[in-house]
Amino acid sequence: MGREGRLVVRMTWKKICVAACVLVCLIGFSGNAAVADDVLKMATTTSTDNTGLLDYLAPAFKADTGIELQWVSVGTGKALALGKNCDVDVLLVHAPASEIKFVQEGSGVDRTELMYNDFIIIGPPSDPAGIKGTSVKDALGVIAAKKASFASRGDNSGTHKKELELWKHAQLVVPDKETWYIQTGQGMLNTINIAAERDAYTMTDRGTFIKYESNWKGNPPLVILVEGDASLRNQYSALAINPKKCSNVKYDLAKQFIAWMASAKAQKFIGDFKLMDKQLFTPNAK
Amino acid sequence: MDYIAQGLIRSIELLLAGDPETYSAIFTTLRISTLSIIISLAIGIPLGFLLGYFEFPGKRQVRAFVDTLLALPTVVVGLFVYAFISRRGPLGELGLLFTIPGIAVAQTILITPIVISLTATAIESLDRRLQATLVTLGARGRQILITSLMEARYAVLVAAVTAYGRAISEVGISMMIGGNIKWHTRTITTAIALETGKGDFAVGMALGIVLLTLALAVNSSLTLLKKRS
Repeated sequence: MGREGRLVVRMTWKKICVAACVLVCLIGFSGNAAVADDVLKMATTTSTDNTGLLDYLAPAFKADTGIELQWVSVGTGKALALGKNCDVDVLLVHAPASEIKFVQEGSGVDRTELMYNDFIIIGPPSDPAGIKGTSVKDALGVIAAKKASFASRGDNSGTHKKELELWKHAQLVVPDKETWYIQTGQGMLNTINIAAERDAYTMTDRGTFIKYESNWKGNPPLVILVEGDASLRNQYSALAINPKKCSNVKYDLAKQFIAWMASAKAQKFIGDFKLMDKQLFTPNAK
Repeated sequence: MDYIAQGLIRSIELLLAGDPETYSAIFTTLRISTLSIIISLAIGIPLGFLLGYFEFPGKRQVRAFVDTLLALPTVVVGLFVYAFISRRGPLGELGLLFTIPGIAVAQTILITPIVISLTATAIESLDRRLQATLVTLGARGRQILITSLMEARYAVLVAAVTAYGRAISEVGISMMIGGNIKWHTRTITTAIALETGKGDFAVGMALGIVLLTLALAVNSSLTLLKKRS
């Protein structure tokens, strides 16, 4: 390559570099740079997000209050930890015992019960352990005695906490190290999928199960075996992060969100939210 | 088998119909990876040059250290950055958690070692006589830097493309630092994780195909550049 040739190469390189930089900057800094007016950050559980409930409620909330709701969906354990670290403004979770502890510690305020559904135990239709229609206590007893595969969330989520409570209730040791006890460490739908692959039983909230049914167009590989026990109630509540502990949280917005969720209008929205013609959550704000 | 075909069809539908959620994830991914690649190139190329060009005591150890960082797991970077930028952490005041700049910072930490290491290798593999020639011709400081980098430009470009590929494909950091917030920090990879979690494999696969297309575009533009000069 002669000297002139090299010069030309250099020129094209320069041009390419400049063009690339311009393009990159355009992509990098364009778009919805408009800063949202009022943003409320919420940590919530996988069930409210996976079922699509929040996608359905957030636009209505924005229309009424002008507040944009942004949420991260994690297990209830992590949601509470994010709250404790002042990383979010409000929580929507379902582990009453942990929530009450959270309030007593002074991390949360204004705990308000909003809605409930219930937990169910599902499993393969062949029901190898024969738990169909029994009580929760008996079902867990039989599963443990027969060493039937059981998938657990194992992630400190609300559902996981509930499951641990039920083992305790049935006066059984949590089968932590048993080979038939599969701790997935993942979200509810993932755990159901794992249970389906392994022909295992698992416990889920009804909302997520209906979503699962609708994914399978009403013909899921796992079916409901135990339901309706009083101990299976699943209460969802909202909590604001204590502004005295976290000075930078948007407490006024959090308060507005909780009030809106408990309002007659939002409660009706929640009751009307259906998948496959089935109601997922029952509103019960006082 | 059915759902695999469905995924393919769905991906084409999503892209052609201009599905806003899909495009939001694509642009978020591009925005984040662009920010992180610019910062990491700005830091990594000069450092890589220094590491490759100069001989100094402890050079081998530094090199070994940088090369070790090539294997940084994304969740480890995510965890440490979270600890720092959580509102309780030392940098909490900046409010970077769950934002695009927050993810970009963590990704920069992830990919800068790639740029440094590959740039250093590129400079090292240059003809040693180049350095002598440049010095004899009276080149100094920045002139040596620029001319050497120009000579090694393809290898440096490969470094950039490799680093970019790592940035657009990682999921651990985007999930932990970004939080997968719809319309804001949901990237292609976190959206795939979410859709899979929801059991919606078709949408997940559709997004996967988009990601592959992006990677292909970046790589073929590199090939094109090579051919042209």
